[in-house]
Amino acid sequence: MTAPAATPAPQPADAILAVNNIEVIYDHVILVLKGVSLAVPRGGIVALLGANGAGKTTTLKAISNLLRAERGEVTKGSIMFEGERVEALSPNELVRRGCIQVMEGRHCFGHLTVEDNLLSGAFTRRDAKAAIRADLEMVYSYFPRLRERRGSQAGYTSGGEQQMTAIGRALMSRPKMILLDEPSMGLAPQLVEEIFEIVKKLNEEQGVSFLLAEQNTNVALRYARYGYILESGRVVLDGEASALRENEDVKEFYLGVGGEGRKSFRDVKHYKRRKRWLS
Amino acid sequence: MELAYSILVQPFADMVGAPDFLIQVVWEGLVSGVLYALIALGFVLIYKSSRIFNFAQGIMVVFAALTLVGLHERGVPALLALPLTLLVMLALAVAIERVVLRPLVNQPDIILFMATIGITLFLVGFGELIFGGENKRMITSELGIPTGSFEFEPFGGFVSIEQGDVTTVVGAIVLVVALLAFLNRSKMGRAIRALGDDHQAALSVGISLSTIWVLVWFIAGVIALATGIVWGARAGVSFALEVIAYKALPVLMLGGLESVTGAIVGGLMIGILEKLFEIYWGQPLLGGNTEAWFAYMLALLVLLFRPQGLFGEKIIERV
Repeated sequence: MTAPAATPAPQPADAILAVNNIEVIYDHVILVLKGVSLAVPRGGIVALLGANGAGKTTTLKAISNLLRAERGEVTKGSIMFEGERVEALSPNELVRRGCIQVMEGRHCFGHLTVEDNLLSGAFTRRDAKAAIRADLEMVYSYFPRLRERRGSQAGYTSGGEQQMTAIGRALMSRPKMILLDEPSMGLAPQLVEEIFEIVKKLNEEQGVSFLLAEQNTNVALRYARYGYILESGRVVLDGEASALRENEDVKEFYLGVGGEGRKSFRDVKHYKRRKRWLS
Repeated sequence: MELAYSILVQPFADMVGAPDFLIQVVWEGLVSGVLYALIALGFVLIYKSSRIFNFAQGIMVVFAALTLVGLHERGVPALLALPLTLLVMLALAVAIERVVLRPLVNQPDIILFMATIGITLFLVGFGELIFGGENKRMITSELGIPTGSFEFEPFGGFVSIEQGDVTTVVGAIVLVVALLAFLNRSKMGRAIRALGDDHQAALSVGISLSTIWVLVWFIAGVIALATGIVWGARAGVSFALEVIAYKALPVLMLGGLESVTGAIVGGLMIGILEKLFEIYWGQPLLGGNTEAWFAYMLALLVLLFRPQGLFGEKIIERV
């Protein structure tokens, strides 16, 4: 097999986010993450890939600390955001520092108008109303469709519009980093493309770093620069996006192409589960 | 035949025959109605923002009224006692958030409900310990609430409207309008509505649960004080005042636990309908005292046909 290109994972020094060997337990008994480490460089787009139940959402929630609201907790390891440990911070404090999550399934405030949804994203901000208004205009310029729907209840807008609302709402907090969970879920391929194009634009123009959890490996690896593959709570593979795209295993299991000549199950999954850094 | 006549025709004939009396009855119903609406609003706000059915709402009415009267008894001027009581209610909201809600966050709803029963029992004991349990007089005139009455003679009849009631209605309207403006226009109000819609998402955008909880419990405290003053002026300040909160239960069933409009319209409806029913049907046909159960019957009927209440939030679902 071709090993991923020998680019080392970004070192914590230039990383905006560094997750070091975390373990997550739900309800005190269910071990979901068994030592996940990853890093997102400042201004980077990093993809977190894997099948259903691999632990992508849990990883993101561990970082944004929404985990506690679901009775999960980080029991081992550390999470550094901009060089400071953040596992103990409330989501409120994290958003204030510039790290915000856009949850899987959009989670718009259904009975609020699109504009109210966007404005609610500015909850943690203490600056003047004018600055918030200006950012609202900025969001509308990225998502012109939202301007047209600004007065409708978010619950009645389409899936794509809800995804845009959710991303726009996160933008209103002036984030340095967005944890984007399954932005492609339930969207038509064309819309997925559109959303990812906007993510790319936001990354380039606003300098927002992204960590995106995706099942749609194909799209994710085209937009991300680096990728991690999770399997049952562990990182089993990571590397530059271009290298991952060429990896035989990734091709077969996640991209659904290649793998000719493999007939025996014995030959499958012959890559080594890499243990990372500690433990 | 005669029974049908006395149910279906006679009451309406009475209404048309003495419109001045009808006005009087409707007005009195309206006054109770605004109180029910206010209390129901307190429930709705807390329920929307934390999914807690606040059993302690009734005792908060008593506690607020007791504090106000108790402070006055200890020589604090009435107009100073009012803001002081508001401060006490704020302290109470902070304490409840710190001691009860925060440690219990993410527990099942029923546990939080039980916790509010705990708060109720605590406030009963605490209030009695500090202010004593005997019936007290509300300091109506000291607060500058007028006591006389307006008298009209419409349709050649006679209607008497107490100035205290007018103050109540005007005060309640001001409170409700202020509250609605707060919910719809301000940043905090938007956050309360957002939290009501999607708890997780609200957390994810950094809305601080603690801040919002303190805020809604404080609003519930202000509402409790307002109702405590009005109801206390009628019935005296004692722990029996608690029952007014239970009058809000049918309002909630009628209006839906999550709807602000529902609480207001439901409150007014129940206030007016129960008065009309009592005067025109209850007293002549059932020997009176129907106000004790009429609201619950009405709510039950509504629940049979619309389980989410008349104004319960429509569940928006897209597939």
